[in-house]
Amino acid sequence: MTATETKARASEAAAAPPILSGAAMIIRALTELGVEVVFGYPGGAVLPIYDEIFKQDGIRHILVRHEQAAVHAAEGYARATGKPGVVLVTSGPGATNAVTGLTDAMLDSIPVVCLTGQVARHLIGNDAFQEADTVGITRPCTKHNYLVKETSDLPKIISEAFYVATNGRPGPVVVDLPKDVQIEKAPYVMPGQREHRTYRPQVHCDDKAIREAARLLAAAERPIIYSGGGVINAGPEASDLLTEFARITGIPVTSTLMGLGAYPASDKQFLGMLGMHGTWEANHAMHDCDVMLAIGARFDDRVTGRIDAFSPGSKKIQVDIDLSSINKNVAVDLPVIGDACNALAQLVAIWHEEKLGQGQPSLDTWWQQIEHWRTKDCLAYEDSTEVIMPQKSLERLFALVKDKDPIISTEVGQHQMWAAQFLGFDKPNRWLTSGGLGTMGYGLPAAVGAQIAHPDRLVIDVSGEASFQMNLQELGTIAQYKLPVKVFIMNNEYMGMVRQWQDLTYDGRRSESYSETLPDFVKLAEAYGIKGMHVEDPAKLDAAIQEMIDHDGPVIMDCRVAKIENCFPMVPAGAAHNEMLLPGDVVGKPKDDEALAVV
Amino acid sequence: MKEIGTIACHTISVIVDNEAGVLARVIGLFSGRGYNIESLTVAAVDQTGERSRITIVTSGTRMVIEQIKAQLDRLVPVHKVGDLTIDGRFVSRDMALVKVAGTGEKRVEALRLADTFRARTIDASANSFVFELTGSADKLDAFVELMSELGLVEVARTGAVALARGPGGL
Repeated sequence: MTATETKARASEAAAAPPILSGAAMIIRALTELGVEVVFGYPGGAVLPIYDEIFKQDGIRHILVRHEQAAVHAAEGYARATGKPGVVLVTSGPGATNAVTGLTDAMLDSIPVVCLTGQVARHLIGNDAFQEADTVGITRPCTKHNYLVKETSDLPKIISEAFYVATNGRPGPVVVDLPKDVQIEKAPYVMPGQREHRTYRPQVHCDDKAIREAARLLAAAERPIIYSGGGVINAGPEASDLLTEFARITGIPVTSTLMGLGAYPASDKQFLGMLGMHGTWEANHAMHDCDVMLAIGARFDDRVTGRIDAFSPGSKKIQVDIDLSSINKNVAVDLPVIGDACNALAQLVAIWHEEKLGQGQPSLDTWWQQIEHWRTKDCLAYEDSTEVIMPQKSLERLFALVKDKDPIISTEVGQHQMWAAQFLGFDKPNRWLTSGGLGTMGYGLPAAVGAQIAHPDRLVIDVSGEASFQMNLQELGTIAQYKLPVKVFIMNNEYMGMVRQWQDLTYDGRRSESYSETLPDFVKLAEAYGIKGMHVEDPAKLDAAIQEMIDHDGPVIMDCRVAKIENCFPMVPAGAAHNEMLLPGDVVGKPKDDEALAVV
Repeated sequence: MKEIGTIACHTISVIVDNEAGVLARVIGLFSGRGYNIESLTVAAVDQTGERSRITIVTSGTRMVIEQIKAQLDRLVPVHKVGDLTIDGRFVSRDMALVKVAGTGEKRVEALRLADTFRARTIDASANSFVFELTGSADKLDAFVELMSELGLVEVARTGAVALARGPGGL
């Protein structure tokens, strides 16, 4: 064939796109967009797509046991890799089961694309079998959603869904796919450019604003960096730049629950997590600082405590990619719109360019004050030889696994806060926790997603006996794919955080917070063909943890811990950052109904 | 969030893609986040019918109004959000259709008042009128109140539609 002929054929091929069924288009589009894994569960309205999955081997499908878990697994995958997680579920109950996961991804800004089956177009609105108004139901809990009405629109919509999920502030996107759209054939045309006609988030910061931010920080006597999940979402380079900026400026760093790992926890400039269960030094430094750089953080109510007493004397700089995060809860003095990575790169460059370090006031007094706060040793607890203290279990777990650079997921409650306090993360994408929505049952499927992404890494779900039961069906997924996930259940036989609040604010009336009729977790594990372990003697804790890590396969560890232990420090209901409680403090009841309502 | 500062009324213009569900997104945003809607109007405004203009009259503190605009702006099908109240002087009109039934002196008086308000009579029968009236919400309120004494049957009203004064557009 001559060159001209080849060219002619190529242009002919370009002129005549392939005719594919909608289902085939979906798989092809996902493949072209670089999708490697889909977490899903089949059903009537997605049978054509599952048939296409059967016929190919480019995309790996992970069969979960419940659609909620499919979304959490996709979230875990996304957090551990920085890539969007992909979900495929059927119509009706498949879609409604996914709603909790979608809301979770929405609140924590996790990029997820969820494909849902839908009844055929002519049946929509007829209360057909397994019909639900998926776009209506998911509108408030997704960043955006689509109902595909024409098969030929599929490549464009799927490509756009990935664009929207991953650009700007990330989030979940639903694409609802009527069954007849999946069956119908149409020409497959993938749009070349992936720019959006309306959605174009501002990623580059205004030079004047970021320059002013750098100068404010340089002139500060008591500066602090308050870093959030946005820095993790901006990619590992943003974390490196955060570390660099903190090092060249000497400014202390605190982090939200979502931001842990962006700045090395082992670094001396790190003050630990802030907020309701944050450290004494982080919360006091936030309260007393004179200039605050909030970056990729949204002044959540669990972070600020009483809003009118939050860091009252500081000038606040807020860098965020989402304009709606600015001035939402706390009025800031200098808003900067843009991507955290760009902002940090600009801050570093301006700091050097303007030689801001030279005129910077000494931070010695500030650091002396911080060191003084550190002497409180706020995470100290009373150890016991009789019973494993929950804090101890995590301290020992961390000591024994930290060299393996583990990925840790958690459920929600006391164990989650203790994990945030006692497990140190030096790098991003290793900490998977449900921060915004606080979804019990998140950790096990999230660990599945992370382990799928990183088959050779140590993945641990730090769990509680109550949360674990919310998605324990995923043991089936773990067993099926032989995922060596370690489930470390801190079993105190209570919904610990509920019990703690009841003890502190409801005169100890422990209404329905006892975990009655617990299963035998060892036998439960064995029922799935998984290794089950049990430890309750503090003297045997290390050996048990070591055995768990060394086991080549999944393990469920039932670690019996002290039943009635409260998580401290704690900013009580309706209190300010500097009114934190430590163990042994007399806990007063909330001052008024308003305080009780923010619990 | 606690309401700090004075509550002011703002007229906000939003240009959106004219696609299914876009109005539900906007309304859902207001109800889900607890913002006020005093009035809302929407219609396609370009020749191809691809874009619609939504005019929302809302009220809130400065911080809440800023939030409303930022939240609207991050909806994917939204092209542009403008705050007419802040951006400068603007003109705004509501429209009402007012049906009045009656005979004799009341009928004459209704017609006379309609003329004073520069309302147009767009339907008439032996014992009823439908008046079409445009103007500010206040003017419409005043007219409807007067008609209530003169055989008012029912009223249909739009919310405000508004544009900035001068040559510039959104």
